[in-house]
Amino acid sequence: MSAQSLHSWGHYPPFPQTAHACHWRAELAGTRDALVHRYGSTLAFGNGRSYGDSCLAASDQVLHLRALDRFLHADWSRGVLTAEAGVTLDEILALAIPRGWFLSVTPGTQFVTLGGAIANDVHGKNHHVRGTFGCHVRRLSLLRSQEGRQLCSPDEQADLFAATIGGLGLTGIIEWAEIQLTPIASSQIDCLVERFDTLADFFTLSAELDQQHEFCVAWIDCAATGARSGRGVYLAGDFAPDGGLKVATKAALSVPLTSPLSLINGLSLRVFNEYYWRKHPPTRQHQRSDYMPFFYPLDGVHHWNRIYGPKGFQQYQCLIPDAQAQPAMQALLDAIAASGRGSFLAVLKRCGAVASPGWLSFPAPGTTLALDFPQSRALVETLFPRLNAIVREAGGRLYPAKDAQMIGEDFRRSYPAWQHLEAWRDPALGSRFWTRVTT
Amino acid sequence: MKQILIIGATSAIANACARLWASQGAVFFLVARNAEKLAQTAADLSSRGAGTVHTYAMDVTHLEAHVAMLSACQEALGRIDIALVAHGTLPDQAACEQDAALALREFNLNATATVGLLTQLANQLESQRGGTLAVITSVAGDRGRPSNYLYGSAKAAVSAFCEGLRARLFKVGVHLIDIRPGFVATPMTQGLPLPALLVAQPEVVAKGILAGIERQTNVLYTPAFWTVIMWVVRSIPSVVFKRMSL
Ligand SMILES: Cc1cc2nc3c(=O)[nH]c(=O)nc-3n(C[C@H](O)[C@H](O)[C@H](O)COP(=O)(O)OP(=O)(O)OC[C@H]3O[C@@H](n4cnc5c(N)ncnc54)[C@H](O)[C@@H]3O)c2cc1C
Ligand SMILES: NC(=O)c1ccc[n+]([C@@H]2O[C@H](COP(=O)([O-])OP(=O)(O)OC[C@H]3O[C@@H](n4cnc5c(N)ncnc54)[C@H](OP(=O)(O)O)[C@@H]3O)[C@@H](O)[C@H]2O)c1
Repeated sequence: MSAQSLHSWGHYPPFPQTAHACHWRAELAGTRDALVHRYGSTLAFGNGRSYGDSCLAASDQVLHLRALDRFLHADWSRGVLTAEAGVTLDEILALAIPRGWFLSVTPGTQFVTLGGAIANDVHGKNHHVRGTFGCHVRRLSLLRSQEGRQLCSPDEQADLFAATIGGLGLTGIIEWAEIQLTPIASSQIDCLVERFDTLADFFTLSAELDQQHEFCVAWIDCAATGARSGRGVYLAGDFAPDGGLKVATKAALSVPLTSPLSLINGLSLRVFNEYYWRKHPPTRQHQRSDYMPFFYPLDGVHHWNRIYGPKGFQQYQCLIPDAQAQPAMQALLDAIAASGRGSFLAVLKRCGAVASPGWLSFPAPGTTLALDFPQSRALVETLFPRLNAIVREAGGRLYPAKDAQMIGEDFRRSYPAWQHLEAWRDPALGSRFWTRVTT
Repeated sequence: MKQILIIGATSAIANACARLWASQGAVFFLVARNAEKLAQTAADLSSRGAGTVHTYAMDVTHLEAHVAMLSACQEALGRIDIALVAHGTLPDQAACEQDAALALREFNLNATATVGLLTQLANQLESQRGGTLAVITSVAGDRGRPSNYLYGSAKAAVSAFCEGLRARLFKVGVHLIDIRPGFVATPMTQGLPLPALLVAQPEVVAKGILAGIERQTNVLYTPAFWTVIMWVVRSIPSVVFKRMSL
């Protein structure tokens, strides 16, 4: 096949990446050097599940590592797995679940690579108890253009390890990593669902339920205005003590083509949100769920990003420190509802105090809000600047993995360790995101 | 547990097959040139549930090395349930037209070496009176095309050899499947301007191969739509075919 063209998940900003595939670890250094020689720099690309420009190379020439998908070692007695960086989380789960293990931390899609999960130090519904993905990385092998192969762990090359966890792919090419899995007795989840009417109720529920359950997250109606503003559905859960260890079978649905227009608009949004709200019972209910719909509700439809049409979309994910969380969230919701934009799935979650080993890790104690917006000029010119101002004032920050628009000054202020990362950056590597926010 | 010999074990297509067999707990004897790639492949298959994985570095064009390799395999596995022959290269047709020595080297790798291996493997499976010889040839062997007739002729030679050998082995309960993949996204085809709609992933082809082995298919076109394409291609008369630029 001719060189494949890759995009980020949001298809925005629209800079197609030329893929240079590596199939074997031994090819990495040579391919990287050839790209640097010809184009100045490159960047590792995992599975393109980052929304904005953090997975786009400054040179638009990426090292495509998805084919580095081998396991190096599996110790099923201790749940320690070593795998090449291109292995995806669903491939890990396919092996781990039948043997009674699960990822210690998982993001909301299983189609991310191990390398991508480390580079963005991803978090999941259990951040308040387990911290980030990087907390469960025992060791990794990093290929740097000057020093060659570096083994890094919390005790070996500790600075380079800290720079690499959440290091946005800039410290080197992760060849492989060793991760600690978590034992499970079943692949099913005992969950609890409860509707709430206001943001204040969300915080009350969170204070109560986050202490009792490993997995907690809420959906919030970003289209609701007036008295309905702040309504949502709280979801909490834990692995069930029984129910079998079954790997979910692959999704059958797929959006085959990019829709010519965005299918997300004010009407479809309000209709969906009303339906979703009503679908849930007003009082607390307990249910059993398979792990798949619980952790990965969107993975049931492949290429769902195509419904946003050729212009693509952006996700806005911010974190507001605890002290400011409630008023700032209210202000954000008001601004979003007034704009009539936003999307079906707005997610609210309290992050906890478990510290990440990574310097540029996004989560911190506070509340995070994430939602998608179809790309438009008004979004960039009006709504995002307003949201950015609220986040700035509340001392919050945005998630680089989702970002295509944050202002450099905001980035540098809210990630003060960025200069440490810059000092450890491999000169052979550069991303559009990094150029945008640091220069 | 299945006992499986793979020659060209680091090939993307063979590797996709091996992963499926590994999840069933198969025991392997893997052969390819590159020892480091073999070791990485073996570690991967073990992690995915394979039984013992033996590796053996050999260049298939060293015909005199075949005997030692096969006896090491015999010692490691005893009986062979499946022998998958997958090694191959995609020669640079234009270069082969200018350089007869290169053309012969490529032919040697893709045809002569395979014939040598199959000759000895056939005798071994004949004496165990069972097992499957699975040989990856190509749709390219069905017609000689101007763009890759050196490759195509090597694959055609192997296919014709396989047809005769199949009839011989059939009588003793050994099955031979001639696997003819269409375009597959592997390192071999990387960078080639192939029509994206016709290019299959190795995982899809591997599923077809395992099913073909189970069903004892004789000639397997995979993915299946190539059966139709190749039926059409084979029926084009030579007077027309020679005017086409394929
Ligand atoms: C539906 C959906 C839900 C999501 N939910 C969450 C969530 O709940 N929590 C969360 O934290 N994130 C979430 N994300 C974001 C996603 O988890 C991250 O963007 C993740 O990093 C994507 O991984 P990837 O393999 O696709 O990597 P890419 O997006 O391709 O790359 C991401 C970064 O990793 C780097 N990288 C990739 N491989 C390597 C390597 N081998 N060596 C060095 N650097 C490398 C790249 O350079 C880039 O900087 C979600 C995304 C989607 C689409
Ligand atoms: N990809 C396609 O579109 C396609 C289509 C039709 C048929 N096929 C056939 O399918 C088979 C597998 O192809 P693939 O696409 O999976 O190829 P691939 O990934 O490029 O693998 C080729 C394999 O052949 C081995 N090999 C090459 N020369 C060798 C030698 N002299 N001695 C020993 N081993 C050698 C290589 O191993 P080392 O380099 O480690 O030695 C490697 O394992 C081939 O027979 C090919 O002709 C492929």
